[in-house]
Amino acid sequence: MKAALHLLRLLAAVLLLSACAGTPLRESGSAVQLRGTGDLGLVIERASGQVTLVNTSIREAYARIGGLGDLSHASVVYSRDARYAYVFGRDGGLSKIDLLEARIVKRVMQSGNAIGGSISQDGRIVVAQNYTPGGIKAFDADTLELLSEVPAEYAPGKFSKVVGLADVPGNRFAYALFDGGEIWVSDFTDPKKPVTQRFPAGQQPYDGLVTPNGRHYLAGLFGEDGIAMLDLWQPEQGARKILEKYGRGEEKLPVFKMPHLRGWSMAAGRAWLPAIGRHEVLMADADTWRETGRVAVKGQPVFVMASPDGRQIWVNFAFPDNGWVQVIDTLSGKLVQTLQPGKAVLHMEFTPRGEAVWISARDDNRVLIYDTRTFRQLGSLPVEAPSGIFFTSRAARIGF
Amino acid sequence: MSIDSALLRLLTACCLVGLAGATAAEPSPARRQELIHLVRQDCGSCHGMTLQGGLGPALLPRTLADKPAEGLVATIVYGRPGTAMPPWQGFLAEEEARWIVGRLLEGFPK
Ligand code: HEC
Repeated sequence: MKAALHLLRLLAAVLLLSACAGTPLRESGSAVQLRGTGDLGLVIERASGQVTLVNTSIREAYARIGGLGDLSHASVVYSRDARYAYVFGRDGGLSKIDLLEARIVKRVMQSGNAIGGSISQDGRIVVAQNYTPGGIKAFDADTLELLSEVPAEYAPGKFSKVVGLADVPGNRFAYALFDGGEIWVSDFTDPKKPVTQRFPAGQQPYDGLVTPNGRHYLAGLFGEDGIAMLDLWQPEQGARKILEKYGRGEEKLPVFKMPHLRGWSMAAGRAWLPAIGRHEVLMADADTWRETGRVAVKGQPVFVMASPDGRQIWVNFAFPDNGWVQVIDTLSGKLVQTLQPGKAVLHMEFTPRGEAVWISARDDNRVLIYDTRTFRQLGSLPVEAPSGIFFTSRAARIGF
Repeated sequence: MSIDSALLRLLTACCLVGLAGATAAEPSPARRQELIHLVRQDCGSCHGMTLQGGLGPALLPRTLADKPAEGLVATIVYGRPGTAMPPWQGFLAEEEARWIVGRLLEGFPK
């Protein structure tokens, strides 16, 4: 009788624990296992305000955490110890999730309409980029306390949507102003007093990326054919345009979804970029930044992502071609594979060393896992309306 | 007589067009579900899944209230050249765009 009561109490305690932590999907023995996080990650469930925590070694989901608000277009960055995920929600929610304990440790509402964020080189500052009110906001990575903000006021009284935020060496952040047509670089050496430099870039930058070495910031332009590039080692030279007039003055095809530039799109000595309004992937020499070729693909590319070894580029597409994924071999510059993983493919993420790629198929409510060598499907997970997939290997990358 | 029959023909034609318009204005329940999904998910990539705005403006009753509905229909069908708003005429009939605008103006269904 006594033993039974004790058991009951224990059970209640376990239940309570799992109630405030996310829902563990399997019994794991002890509450907190001693383990690393290098093979963990999370998948955004776009419609339900949840994230699914996953393990890429056993290819399984291990917990689900809800209460994260509007997660359409949500993105994630990792703390430098790769234990905590910072989730930036569309509704301005910023949540800090512990991957080991599978629970939310902190959550703040930071703005009305956000699209992503980034973490500083020293790991102490988390920065959110916002559409409205346009600008960036810096938070203490431990406490999520607001440290400072930089409103994107590009002309008196005029605020711009901010896109393409990326951390760059020196505790700085580079980003682009969609309405202002500029690239800004804010230095957070003093986290409470950021110092910002402005560079004219071109019409309607829609996203940006920093090269893996942290040297070049590229902003794709929607309002003109070309990409603005800032050499962060020589910022005094200003932003210049590369791949200008890649559309050759031809009529643009309609763009039903804005491409993303984030991803390891530097591979085999070249940059691989989505063309806007053309069903092409552009290649540019990473030294001269001159166009070296282009690859015709199924539709408007959205993500153009290089595998960690740089041998392959995986491409997904905007509506209505979002059921396809194509693979380019970077040595030959040719398409080597065309896949149909599922309905509404939104994102792809490589495992840390690239033996597999995880692909989200929103309208099939599935994440599919493919072998990058054989292109065979290795497995799949049920996830409700999955969008972004983020593995902890991002924790150590510049610009993620 | 001939004028009368011409008038009659014209009238019938008008009626028919009117009728066709009326029936087409109400997409079938299955198609409505597709349209709701399209707006939430695919328009949502620019306007936000909750339509509160993103790269494109909010599409909420209070933000659209004083805009002429036909203009909004035309925006959806033909896009707005020079902006990021693409034309949807390959995927949406004009009546379907009109149905979408009607729903947007009263608060879009989940
Ligand atoms: C690629 C991005 C994108 C997508 C996808 C998109 N829109 Fe838009 N939309 C915009 C932008 C940008 C504007 C503002 C254009 C301007 O500056 O006048 C706009 C404007 C509009 C307007 C006019 C709003 C106003 O206040 O005048 C309506 C209505 C609209 N969109 C409906 C839709 C619908 C319905 C869909 C899906 C079938 C859709 N949009 C998909 C970018 C997009």
